[in-house]
Amino acid sequence: MVVYESVSDETDRIFHALADATRRDIVVRVVQRGQSVSTLAERYAMSFAAVQKHVAVLERAHLIVKERRGREQIVHGNPDTLRKATVLLQHYEELWRYRAQSISDILSEDVTVKQEGES
Amino acid sequence: MTVVSSQTDPEALTLTFVAEFNANVERVWQIWEDPRQLERWWGPPTWPATFDRHDFVPGGRSSYYMTGPDGEKARGWWVTTAIRSPEHLEFDDGFADDDGEPTGDLGVTHAVVTLEQVEARTRMTIFSTFESADQLQQMMEMGMEEGMREAMGQIDRLLAEVRA
Repeated sequence: MVVYESVSDETDRIFHALADATRRDIVVRVVQRGQSVSTLAERYAMSFAAVQKHVAVLERAHLIVKERRGREQIVHGNPDTLRKATVLLQHYEELWRYRAQSISDILSEDVTVKQEGES
Repeated sequence: MTVVSSQTDPEALTLTFVAEFNANVERVWQIWEDPRQLERWWGPPTWPATFDRHDFVPGGRSSYYMTGPDGEKARGWWVTTAIRSPEHLEFDDGFADDDGEPTGDLGVTHAVVTLEQVEARTRMTIFSTFESADQLQQMMEMGMEEGMREAMGQIDRLLAEVRA
C-alpha cells in the first residue's frame, strides 16, 4: 500500500517529468539497467550539470531512485511509479477530492439557508 | 470538509478515500439518496451528471448520463447491491450504451460507502475496486484535460519502449 499525501502535486510532477524527451530517454535507459550520472551524461549533447538537473526532476517525481556507490551515483528506474495503474488511481483520487469538495459545498448551503431563516 | 486519508493499491486496483463533513450522518446520506443532490457532485468537473433513474433499494437500478463540454453524452448505470440507511451502501457502477443498457466490455467498479459519526462530524469512507486498468483509464479520460491525455500517451509509449 502506498499513501500519497498530496496526490495532485505527485501527478503533476510525474507528468512534468515525462513531458521532456531527454528525461523520457533517461527513464527508458535506467529502467533496463542502473547507470551512473556520468555514463548518462556522455550520451547527451549537453553539460553534466544539465543532465544532473534532468535526473533531479525525475527523482522528485519518484520515477527514478539514486544509489551511492563509492564516488558514483547510480540511477535506477522506479517501476512502481511508472505503472499506469498508479497514475490512474492517483487521478481517480483527485476525482474523489473534487466530489468531496462539491458535497461539502452542497452541505454548506444548509447552514446558509438556516441562517437566513433565523434572521 | 477535510480529507482524512487516501490510499491507493495499484496491485489490487483499489482506492480507499476518507473525508469528513460538517453535517450529521442522515444529512450526508441524503446526498447519495436524493438524485437531485447526487447529480450535483457525481460527474467530473466538465461532465455534469443527470440521473434519470435512481432506485435506492437493494438490487435497485440507477441510470445516468454525463454531458461533456461539447455536448457529448456518456451513459452509466448503477446497481445498488447492499444498503443499510443511513450508514452503509454498496453498488456496482459501469458504462452503458445509448439506451442505458450496460456495456460489459470494460467491467464494473464496485464501491463500498460507509458513513459514521465522529464527534459532531460525519466520516465518509469510500472503497472502490476496479476490474482493469483499461476500465480505469476510460473512466478517467472523461473530464481529463488534454495535457493529462497526452501524458497518458507518453506513459504508454515509454512502457512500450521499456518492454522492447
